[in-house]
Amino acid sequence: MNIIGLYNYWIVVVLMMIGFYVVIAHENLIKKLVGLSIFQTSVFFFYISTGKISGATAPILDPEYHLYSNPLPHVLILTAIVVGIATTALGLALVVRIQESYGSIEEHEIQSQDTQDQMESQLEAYGFRKKHILSIQNLDE
Amino acid sequence: MRLLGFITVVLLGGLLFHLSLDFPDLGDASSPAATHVSPYYIEHTMEDTSVPNIVTAVLADYRGYDTLFETAVIFSAGLACFFLMRISERTAPKARFYRHLPTGLTLRIEKGGKIPEDTREFERIDSVWVPYDVIITMTCRLVVPFIQLFALYVIAHGHHSPGGGFQGGVIFGAAIILYAISNNLRRTLRRMSERMSALFGSVGVIIYGGTGMLCLLLGAGFLDYRGMASLLGVDPVSARSYSILIVETGVGLAVTAVMVWIYYNLSSAGKQDEGL
Repeated sequence: MNIIGLYNYWIVVVLMMIGFYVVIAHENLIKKLVGLSIFQTSVFFFYISTGKISGATAPILDPEYHLYSNPLPHVLILTAIVVGIATTALGLALVVRIQESYGSIEEHEIQSQDTQDQMESQLEAYGFRKKHILSIQNLDE
Repeated sequence: MRLLGFITVVLLGGLLFHLSLDFPDLGDASSPAATHVSPYYIEHTMEDTSVPNIVTAVLADYRGYDTLFETAVIFSAGLACFFLMRISERTAPKARFYRHLPTGLTLRIEKGGKIPEDTREFERIDSVWVPYDVIITMTCRLVVPFIQLFALYVIAHGHHSPGGGFQGGVIFGAAIILYAISNNLRRTLRRMSERMSALFGSVGVIIYGGTGMLCLLLGAGFLDYRGMASLLGVDPVSARSYSILIVETGVGLAVTAVMVWIYYNLSSAGKQDEGL
């Protein structure tokens, strides 16, 4: 086993962990999407690097060459890259809509607005009028 | 939360590092990924489909189902962006800005004001001030047709060189987006309207799915291009090669249209009135 021959996996792991950390540690939804994109890119790298065969050429048949690299990862990632762009765009569109209706893209602010609405509607269901509910303290804070 | 996340990431990363020791080396020809189905593709692509580029053959022929639904996913993403973002009612903006082209003066017209009639001398500009830059506009005007021609080459030449519907479609869409960035959104919409991009997107998916259905009607399996031989008047091997081109054209159309459509909606927050 050659330790140096595994460096592609280490790059993939580092990239993947950077993306994962951004997703779980940041509250900003745009930053979460950036983290998801980095995570996604690390998966692309992983697939592409498994397709490499040392000394092989690109998988386009030619009488001059006899050794070709593995075409299958190329095919899978080719479609995945374009689909990744489309899904990222969809995520951004969702963030724009969230910004329009909540006025914020910070996760805890969205969460506190949601709990506020939920508690108000529950109190109204018990018969309180909305004007009698002066303020509700968020229990988490 | 950050500390907890950092600890999780370090633990998981260490685990993955440890697991990577059992993985095959980079460039190992006897790795599992290179020994099962891939040798079949490399050895039989030429006699099966007469397409030298194995990636294109696998993409559009051997794994045609996968690509069909990837195209459908891209189209659905474009459609979802449209449904999420598009604001259809036309509320007039507070003020519109027009540039008088001969003098370079900018007019600000309040809501309900009279809009200049002679549209040859006046050009509407965005409310965020956009300088009129001759160099950028002219350079992009010169470059865009060549980018589009290159995109068509990438789609059409995917059988013999790196390329195909996805790559060519993205390049073509990027050319149109470049035009939109260098000029403005309204002028781009006059060239390629939203209706047209929606139509092209769906036509692209229909070309792909329709080719599959046609094969079914002609007596072969779904997306089994050998069935197209009688329709195209060639032997089954060439029929597969030609059908790959048809399918790639559909993919290119769909990808181009969806990229442009998503750009229209995202750049103008769904209003498609003012934007880059």
